[in-house]
Amino acid sequence: MSAAHMSAHEREEAETHEQRALGFWLYLMGDAVIFALLFATYAIMIPGTAGGPGGKQLFDLNNAALETVLLLVSSTTFGIASLQVKAGNRGAVMGWLGVTFLLGAGFVFLEIREFVGLIAQGAGPDRSGFLSAFFTLVGTHGVHVSMGLLWILILSAQVMTKGLTLPVASRLYRLGLFWHFLDIAWVGIFSIVYLPGLL
Amino acid sequence: MEHASLRNYIIGFVLAVVLSVIPFWLVATHALPPQRTLLIIGIAAVLQVLVHLRFFLHINFTTTPKENILALVFTCLLLFIMVGGSFWIMFDLHQRMSL
Repeated sequence: MSAAHMSAHEREEAETHEQRALGFWLYLMGDAVIFALLFATYAIMIPGTAGGPGGKQLFDLNNAALETVLLLVSSTTFGIASLQVKAGNRGAVMGWLGVTFLLGAGFVFLEIREFVGLIAQGAGPDRSGFLSAFFTLVGTHGVHVSMGLLWILILSAQVMTKGLTLPVASRLYRLGLFWHFLDIAWVGIFSIVYLPGLL
Repeated sequence: MEHASLRNYIIGFVLAVVLSVIPFWLVATHALPPQRTLLIIGIAAVLQVLVHLRFFLHINFTTTPKENILALVFTCLLLFIMVGGSFWIMFDLHQRMSL
């Protein structure tokens, strides 16, 4: 839709969307700083195992690989949902958001199972500085993904009840930024935590 | 958002898969010495982040608003100062105190 064809109201809506997209982008950049500092803390804490187990004894490569697959596929399915928003296919948007939700939920399930397993074998966050840093970094990411899941549910309900109105589409756009951003943070986690830990 | 298309998402997905399989495979098989594997993990990670920014977040230098690019560049500068500075301080401390 070109600017000439827009009514004053639509132009205002588009402007609001742009401003909110920038505001949310600034939030994500702040979040990136938080993650980067958690990564730095973790890297410095790697030798601080206090005589306890390190990454090599604790991490499971298959679990990390499966989590990577789930999150990467979910990022792609969210992209397809975004395309369906533009095409105006309400049912398809719901469907792809549903698929994205299930993949994200699978990721959170694997992470919780890993955490529970670690704590059960006495390698909880209180065991060493290394494990405190590990649980803080990976847990922060897991909480973000869980919030993203909640957000997907809320917006799915809005798509169902309100349809693909401009405000709903604008919210879906920001959720998309958030979801793709979390996959980038995960690339950092497997490249800094799991892979070097198992080397 | 102008460059969002199914083709772009698929290209991004395939590139991300390749850039994940390489480091995971190297760690699983121990095909290379650890130092070299570590280097490849780092390179693959940086490339994959760029792939995600380009094909999933659609960041480019033509349609992305200037403010967004500026915020991204400024964040990179902050990360460099904060992360680089933390490492500098901690490694220096480590050496001086032989912790």
